[in-house]
Amino acid sequence: MTAAKAILRRVAPQLLTLAAVLGLIALVHPGFFDVSIANGRLYGSAIDILNRGAPVALLAIGMTLVIATRGIDLSVGAVMAISGAVAAAAITSGIGLVPTLALALVTGIACGLWNGLLVAVLGIQPIVATLILMVAGRGIAQLITEGAILTFNHKGLIFFGSGAFLGIPMPVLIWLAAGLLVTLVVRRSALGMLIEAIGVNLRASTLAGINARVLLIAVYMTSGLCAALAGVIAAADIKGADANNAGLWLELDAILAVVVGGTSLLGGRFSIIASLIGAMIIQAVNTGILLSGFPPEFNLIIKAAIILVILVLQSPTVRTTLAFFRRDKASAEAKAETVIQ
Amino acid sequence: MNARTLPLLATMVIFLAAYAVCYVQFPAMLSTRVIGNLLTDNAFLGIVAVGMTFVILSGGIDLSVGSVIAFSGVFIAVLLRDTGLHPLVVFAMLLVLTTLFGAAMGAIIHHLEMPPFIVTLAGMFLARGMAYVLSIDSVPITHAFYDQLQGLYYVMPGKGRLTLIGAIMLAVFVAGMLVAHRTRFGTNVYALGGGVQTARLMGVPVQRTTIRIYALSGFLAGLSGIVFSIYTSAGYSLATVGVELDAIAAVVIGGTLLTGGSGFVAGTLIGVLIMGLIQTYIIFDGTLSSWWTKIVIGILLFAFIVLQKGLVWLTSQRGLAMRGGPGGTR
Amino acid sequence: MPENRPLLHATAVTKTFPGTVALDGVDFTLHSGEVHALLGENGAGKSTLIKCLTGAYRRDGGEILLDGRPIDPRDTLEAQTLGIGTVYQEVNLLPNLSVAENLCLGHQPTRFGMISSRAMSRSARQTLAQYGLEIDVTRNLDTYSVAVQQVVAIARAVSLSGKVLILDEPTASLDALEVRMLFDVVRALKERGLGIVFISHFLDQVFEISDRITVLRNGKLVGTQAIAEIDRTRLVNLMLGRELEQETRESGRTDRPEGEAMIRFRDFGRGGRIAPFDLDIHAGEVVGVAGLLGSGRTETAETLFGVTPHDSGAASDAGKPLHLGSPRDAIAGGFGFCPEDRKSDGIIGDLSVRENIVLALQARRGWTKPVPAREQAAMADEFIRRLDIRTPDAEKPVGLLSGGNQQKVMLARWLATNPRFLILDEPTRGIDVGAHAEIIRLIEELCARGMALLVISSELDELVAYSHRVIVVRDRHHVAELVGAEITTNNMVAAIAADREAAL
Repeated sequence: MTAAKAILRRVAPQLLTLAAVLGLIALVHPGFFDVSIANGRLYGSAIDILNRGAPVALLAIGMTLVIATRGIDLSVGAVMAISGAVAAAAITSGIGLVPTLALALVTGIACGLWNGLLVAVLGIQPIVATLILMVAGRGIAQLITEGAILTFNHKGLIFFGSGAFLGIPMPVLIWLAAGLLVTLVVRRSALGMLIEAIGVNLRASTLAGINARVLLIAVYMTSGLCAALAGVIAAADIKGADANNAGLWLELDAILAVVVGGTSLLGGRFSIIASLIGAMIIQAVNTGILLSGFPPEFNLIIKAAIILVILVLQSPTVRTTLAFFRRDKASAEAKAETVIQ
Repeated sequence: MNARTLPLLATMVIFLAAYAVCYVQFPAMLSTRVIGNLLTDNAFLGIVAVGMTFVILSGGIDLSVGSVIAFSGVFIAVLLRDTGLHPLVVFAMLLVLTTLFGAAMGAIIHHLEMPPFIVTLAGMFLARGMAYVLSIDSVPITHAFYDQLQGLYYVMPGKGRLTLIGAIMLAVFVAGMLVAHRTRFGTNVYALGGGVQTARLMGVPVQRTTIRIYALSGFLAGLSGIVFSIYTSAGYSLATVGVELDAIAAVVIGGTLLTGGSGFVAGTLIGVLIMGLIQTYIIFDGTLSSWWTKIVIGILLFAFIVLQKGLVWLTSQRGLAMRGGPGGTR
Repeated sequence: MPENRPLLHATAVTKTFPGTVALDGVDFTLHSGEVHALLGENGAGKSTLIKCLTGAYRRDGGEILLDGRPIDPRDTLEAQTLGIGTVYQEVNLLPNLSVAENLCLGHQPTRFGMISSRAMSRSARQTLAQYGLEIDVTRNLDTYSVAVQQVVAIARAVSLSGKVLILDEPTASLDALEVRMLFDVVRALKERGLGIVFISHFLDQVFEISDRITVLRNGKLVGTQAIAEIDRTRLVNLMLGRELEQETRESGRTDRPEGEAMIRFRDFGRGGRIAPFDLDIHAGEVVGVAGLLGSGRTETAETLFGVTPHDSGAASDAGKPLHLGSPRDAIAGGFGFCPEDRKSDGIIGDLSVRENIVLALQARRGWTKPVPAREQAAMADEFIRRLDIRTPDAEKPVGLLSGGNQQKVMLARWLATNPRFLILDEPTRGIDVGAHAEIIRLIEELCARGMALLVISSELDELVAYSHRVIVVRDRHHVAELVGAEITTNNMVAAIAADREAAL
């Protein structure tokens, strides 16, 4: 089996779901797949899904790695707000685009380092450790913006939110590039396997000589970096840093995207591509409800339903019952999952 | 000193010290008026934090409570607007509904063996979504009975008002303490937090207890919703976003171990009051901005989590030292 | 001992797990007023037998009579109400509850629906007074020593069951004084007519407290004897001694390599785990470690490998100091370690056979230098062939393989790093006969190729078969070293069974 085939098999359920959602939307909203070009940029509902889904997609990249280590990062929404605020404050102070971006991203990495140290060095449960920054983070962001929505009109920074390159909106390019880059880094190097190993069995991995502590910190730092990227895009999109609302509850969407992507909350095997498709499924549902004329409030109920379905599918009790009936198939699937590289 | 009560003591010391600092700067803060307001303003948070205390003591978490409060408000407002039902009937219906909602989450957590975090996340989405479905706009509550409820208060010496909802919160705390420390259910909650497997071996009815814990949390979230509707005279589906985080923070600052098994309901009351005090101080000061609340709460969270971690570590070190003796053969 | 009807009478109890027979037709009788010791190494079937008696496992065959009536408890709670209570080494109580709550959990005295804490404390105090324990019962259980917790656990078990008390290694974490206190409690219960099953790997304690002894080995009953009719040497022989049907060599290997030691450990130890010891490791030599469970043999391995880093002494490699502060240090020094508990410390269950094999090598190379996919596949295929790992292919999750094949994957993981010093902790435990022989052959083959090995085993004839030298460990001390022809099961048994005074 080739690598491409293996990946396809792994993400097939997610792809089918996405296709079903998109098909459903196209049924009620015939013009859905129409794409037009204006001002050198693609427009259309389908493009909109890719564009609007950028923050959650970016967060999902880091969250996938964190969840693969059997952790969780609740702080990403707050980190988005912080780095967005840092970017806005930096650009308005006039230090230029490149230092601004560097500053915002370093801020995100620093937040990740903080989480990583709490988890890997102090040994605090991830959900507890990252809760601290989730609570305090928005306060820190407001401290930077001094409570106001810090607006800016630096063309270069705004470009990251609403600009386009070769017709493709920048946010889309950024999450695609980030997803591709992180996937390549973890799968072309040994990181992917080492992360999965510590997620499955931390003690055995340490005994095999894996430096779990450093790896854990690096994973949380990656999550912080992804959150910072998302924060910059969110700020650039509205031309301002809104410390109160930037990235609000997106950590939950990101976790949902990872779970929809089939990565278990119990750690181990992960697939960034599947998480990205998961993020797009969530965004497609959002957009679809808007387009279909349903009140947007149905969105949350649908999300709740999605979680319930996944809960049932992933539940250990249900799994054992199912495995009892189709043992052969289950082992075949397990085999298929191990090939993903 | 008992390691279990140390976080509670720390909470009390922090509260008293903070109050002392406030008093030195603003002597007016030590008045029954301020205390009365503190209780009234934080009544809904306090009530829901009692439920959260039980959930966290058992080693779980309930993310749905903020949404359930918002749902409750909208539910009451819409029913009072569209039907001729008496508020008390509506309250009873609501409490049954939220209790069943909590029980259902507890049942899913137990039977599907899934982490409470993700199950109650679904509950959070569902409750908020249902609130939206009932009404997107803020629905004002105008009912004579509500005016009556709001008019109920006891004037404390110093002209401070102990309002009905403040009194309800205190009553819930007293009831919570009795349930936690004086009933078999309460002991079972602590037992689950000490270790589900061991608790099961010792005969704790794990399924029943889990369902009841989340049902209790759902019930108190509903009650908190009622209190919040009395407090604001309206039902709004966008209200009380993030209250679950405040409740969790209050519980942890109140000295309860976030991983379960150790803590006191009384501590949560102090935790709520500390959070209220920070806000009151900021209002009195006038120049400080509201975001300091979040930052200070974050710092307190960090301090308590590290304190708890340190205590756990100390206990295990002591255990190790005890075991470190010579094999113990003769 | 009363000769009337036994309190507990189990016949032909059988329990199988996929791939292994954990209990093979074991008989066991317990009289009231008797302390009956149950002995055997890890995997001998002790805990399986206990779990069948207490309902934690459902037995596959055999009969259990309690007071002459057949019983078949579905869980421990049912066994408890029938009269069988158990106390485990890791105290099975809730450390975050008070002593009184632990004693009364589930049947607290209530008034008007509220627990009467005064009545609860009073009854707890009364209960504990019977055991000579006068403590503040309102304090949390974890504020007391393990010994006190152990007595509380016994008090709870006895008050709930009251016929049979099973003590599963209750003394493992107690000091001498605490053991005495516990034994006073056990004697008092015996006087009250309880039947007590006592599991321990401390032979002195067994001889001190027991009336009869039952020895299990490899899931089979070796024998039951009255304590007066057996001595220590005979007992150790029953537990570890050779299995007669298997033809092995008489004494250890004498072709010990000459020359300088490769790695020297001097005064190497870890407080509370293993007393400082000296050890020289030569290339091409197998050093066996013999001792009973809990004697310090696993602790020796873990200290050498840096899992619990040494806090005294030093290691040197050809005269140069060798730092061993963590497993990573040890691996950098060319060490490998297959731990005893494969499931929790060894394999990464969800990862494939291939990934489990490359893991240690990959960890040593660092994440930036991945082993190329083709090389990984080739390496996995080679080891699957060479070690005869039974798996449909290299991509099967290792958690789905049998114990013996998992052990071979663990060996392959370390062989892939080409270590010069390999530590194996019970490499043949819990695996089938075929794989057993293959692993022994592999140990000899690796040794012949110049690797140094340290092998811990409770199969003494196995140690005789491949060791050049054997270290005997007892009470967390290295007490004897046998070389070449001195290595016989008898000598090892004698060294393990010897009194500490005699050895010093």
